[in-house]
Amino acid sequence: MVVGLESWTLARPELFLAAVTALLLIYGVVRGEASTAFVSVSTSLALLVTAVLLFMPYREGTAFASLFIVDRLTTTMKALVLVGAAITVLMSRTYFEDVKAWRFEYPLLVALATLGMMLMISANDLMALYVGLELQSLALYVVAAFQRDSVRSTEAGVKYFVLGSVASGMLLFGASLIYGFCGGTAFVEISKALIDGKGAEVGTVIGLVFVVAGLAFKVSAVPFHMWTPDVYEGAPTPVTALFAVAPKIAAMSLLVSVLMGPFKPLFAQWQQIIVVASVLSMALGAFAALRQQNIKRLMAYSSIGNVGYILLGLASGSEKGIQAVVFYLAIYLVMTLGVFATILLMKRRGVMVEGVNDLAGLARSQPMMAFALLLFMFSLAGIPPLAGFWGKLYIFIAAVEAKLYWPAVLGVLASVVASYYYLRIVKVMYFDEPGEALDQPVFGVNRVVAFAAAVIVAVFSLAPQPLSLVAAAAAKGLFP
Amino acid sequence: MTSWPILSLVTFLPLVGALFCLIVNGPKEAVERNCRSVALVTSIVTFLISLLLWARFDATKAGFQFEEKMDWVPALGIGYHMGIDGISLFFVLLSTLLTPICILASWESVHVRVKEYMVAFLVLETFMVGMFCALDLALFYVFFEGVLIPMFLIIGVWGGPRRVYAAFKFFLYTLLGSVLMLLAIIAIYWQLGTSDLVVAMERLQLPFQWQCYLWLAFFASFAVKVPMWPVHTWLPDAHVEAPTAGSVILAGVLLKMGGYGFLRLSIPLLPEASQYFAPLIFGLSIVAVIYTSLVALVQEDMKKLIAYSSVAHMGFVTIGAFVLNIQGVQGSLFQMLSHGIVSAALFLCVGVVYDRMHTREIAAYGGLVHRMPRYAFTFMIFTLASVGLPGLSGFVGEFLVLVGAFKANTWVATLAATGLILGAAYALWLYRKIIFGELTKDSLKGILDMNRREIAVFLPLLLLSLWMGVYPASFLDPMAASVDKLVGDYQAAIKLARTAALP
Repeated sequence: MVVGLESWTLARPELFLAAVTALLLIYGVVRGEASTAFVSVSTSLALLVTAVLLFMPYREGTAFASLFIVDRLTTTMKALVLVGAAITVLMSRTYFEDVKAWRFEYPLLVALATLGMMLMISANDLMALYVGLELQSLALYVVAAFQRDSVRSTEAGVKYFVLGSVASGMLLFGASLIYGFCGGTAFVEISKALIDGKGAEVGTVIGLVFVVAGLAFKVSAVPFHMWTPDVYEGAPTPVTALFAVAPKIAAMSLLVSVLMGPFKPLFAQWQQIIVVASVLSMALGAFAALRQQNIKRLMAYSSIGNVGYILLGLASGSEKGIQAVVFYLAIYLVMTLGVFATILLMKRRGVMVEGVNDLAGLARSQPMMAFALLLFMFSLAGIPPLAGFWGKLYIFIAAVEAKLYWPAVLGVLASVVASYYYLRIVKVMYFDEPGEALDQPVFGVNRVVAFAAAVIVAVFSLAPQPLSLVAAAAAKGLFP
Repeated sequence: MTSWPILSLVTFLPLVGALFCLIVNGPKEAVERNCRSVALVTSIVTFLISLLLWARFDATKAGFQFEEKMDWVPALGIGYHMGIDGISLFFVLLSTLLTPICILASWESVHVRVKEYMVAFLVLETFMVGMFCALDLALFYVFFEGVLIPMFLIIGVWGGPRRVYAAFKFFLYTLLGSVLMLLAIIAIYWQLGTSDLVVAMERLQLPFQWQCYLWLAFFASFAVKVPMWPVHTWLPDAHVEAPTAGSVILAGVLLKMGGYGFLRLSIPLLPEASQYFAPLIFGLSIVAVIYTSLVALVQEDMKKLIAYSSVAHMGFVTIGAFVLNIQGVQGSLFQMLSHGIVSAALFLCVGVVYDRMHTREIAAYGGLVHRMPRYAFTFMIFTLASVGLPGLSGFVGEFLVLVGAFKANTWVATLAATGLILGAAYALWLYRKIIFGELTKDSLKGILDMNRREIAVFLPLLLLSLWMGVYPASFLDPMAASVDKLVGDYQAAIKLARTAALP
């Protein structure tokens, strides 16, 4: 056990992804720009193969002297992240070709970020956590600024970098406090110290607050959400799609495994923080989006609101709550990918547009696309029988069972407010007179993704049971 | 044949029609024609199948019939449980009857996006029927809320000039009420570990304080739907802006969801709180009856007038439901059915002249009897039914409610009865303005009487209204056993609570 290499095969998917990325990087450098299409498709494939490797064969345990843990929860979350990343890589081609930024580094950076996300999901030690988090963050800073001749994109990158570094700093500071008071960085040690009562001091709690703050930044929960609207709006749209799904799922998973793992004994302390962040996120996500005209910005606030609901599930601290988190994240992934695929299809005379009003009259010019977006919007608003409703129901059941009555009441009220802006998009598409029509989309990845997402949303709406079984199995990992 | 899932068939058959409409393709004309026919045929077949329910319904049984039960989301304890009793039977029939009538009524008046229109109506029918059949709280909620999606689109796409405002107001108002109900449902689910309504009716025991919280949460949802004063303000807007068929469904079925919800959920699940809050219901209902009747008197828009009259009529429904004796509850149910027929027909009457003149202003009409005798006759029957003339449907319901109310509280009955007088005033005033007088307006001189299609729309409603007025027993008898059980269970629960409260 000293060397910790006995069960290194547990990290097989990560090693595979790292190796493939390195090879593709060499290939890209040798072949230059000409290799972009190949690298991009290969990266997506590699990400999907990695997702398959997670389950073939599925094994649980810890590796590398307990720095690295694999269980049902981490595997499920990794699968979600990998699928999200693979699809967003596929979705980005036309966009980057249009803006002449179609370079082979992009898919590789996404792959590296994904690798970082997998590491952080599997982190079982504060050090491992930090390394994973930084790997994903650094890659994502670059990706945000990838459209480097666009002022908005570079601004988004810089903003994300500066604020992200502050958050990382806070997290690191918190981690060092925890290390100081608990006498170890491994989750097992921290947990043991807290249960023994040795580490349950004010210093640990302060450290915990800093760690939570750092992670709250990554999931863009209020009050650490400020970067989100600007970065979402400024970053290239496919990158925004990536930001909306993969890092969010990874950071949420990390938050779950940190809080429900080593810091379970401090439940009473962190529950307050999470409840406040959750309620504020739901409220801000609902109110701030009301008047947004840019659909990417609107989705940024929408994602803040959604994070609020997910945090409410976490705040309940029960097995049901964690199930709700997994369930909600999976549905959120599908809906968000669908919405961004439709946003990527919004073009007028070959130029991307992203105003809400550009969708005017879409129901007449492109009924299928409008209908898909209608499904996503009602689903995001949580109107039954659509999939988003089941996610919210799951969350609220968990919250009520944990006696979080007021947060639940505020949550449902916020969802009513939020439904206004989702409905506004439906209104623009269906009720308004058509403006200048959008281009008829050519057949491509984005149409397929939008269509597939709509179908999956429809299926989840009618048959939420299979997904809830997956969520239940995943949550078992934390409640042996 | 008992295993045949007839309720699911009635519920989901319209969806099959909707799918057909969706895949129809070809030249615009053909698509529109086909969609109309498919929608009409589907909804008529659905209606005929739903008649089977009535034929096979066993009026002597108080419990649920035609039950279907399956697991749906066992992880959350949610089942697919359908069934009807005497309370819900006629609401199912009302929904399946009004849908084909609506489709027929929009045959010519809707010519933009016909395909989507028909799909929306068929989907709406599925949700409505499903809601009245659902015996699982979560399933109930799914259908209850699902209704909002097609209705939002119907008002917003095919509505009048202020349709966007009306659609949003309708959606957000109802959603706000409903989400609180969702929390109440979750709380009940948490108590029982299942969301099955039948189990909840048998086993739910809550402390009084909790009953009150949950009752208020249900109230928030149903009061908006009914709508009760002072949360009725979405209704006039929605009615005025909705297309004719939308108003028909809105008045005919959607408002009944609130009354049905009180009778199906609030009273059986939370009897003590229902008793405690009954005076609140009475107060609000009486205000609704008197105040909205007065408001109706000064309206200049026909649809708005009928919309306000709906609020007043639904006031009787809520009074009847909460006096909680057999006459009151039966009257409440009967009043809902009658209002479903009559107000639907009145909105259709408005639609007839609106299609011709494209205005709903009362002042724009007058003397129509000279050009449109058939229309005048139809309109008269429904006006009188709405007023509550004996021999027509409106009378029975109002009479039973007043009898029930008189037994419970004389003042409530007295004040509610003034609503009858005011109701007669505005309804007859409307009729006189539009139908009687000299035909002086040039624009009206060429107006045509109802054509065959329109007669086909009104005839079933007219006959039904007469039938309900002349021989109400065919409708009251199937209800009786279930209503007896509802009232009996309620009284038993109250008695139990009283004895428990004694030292």
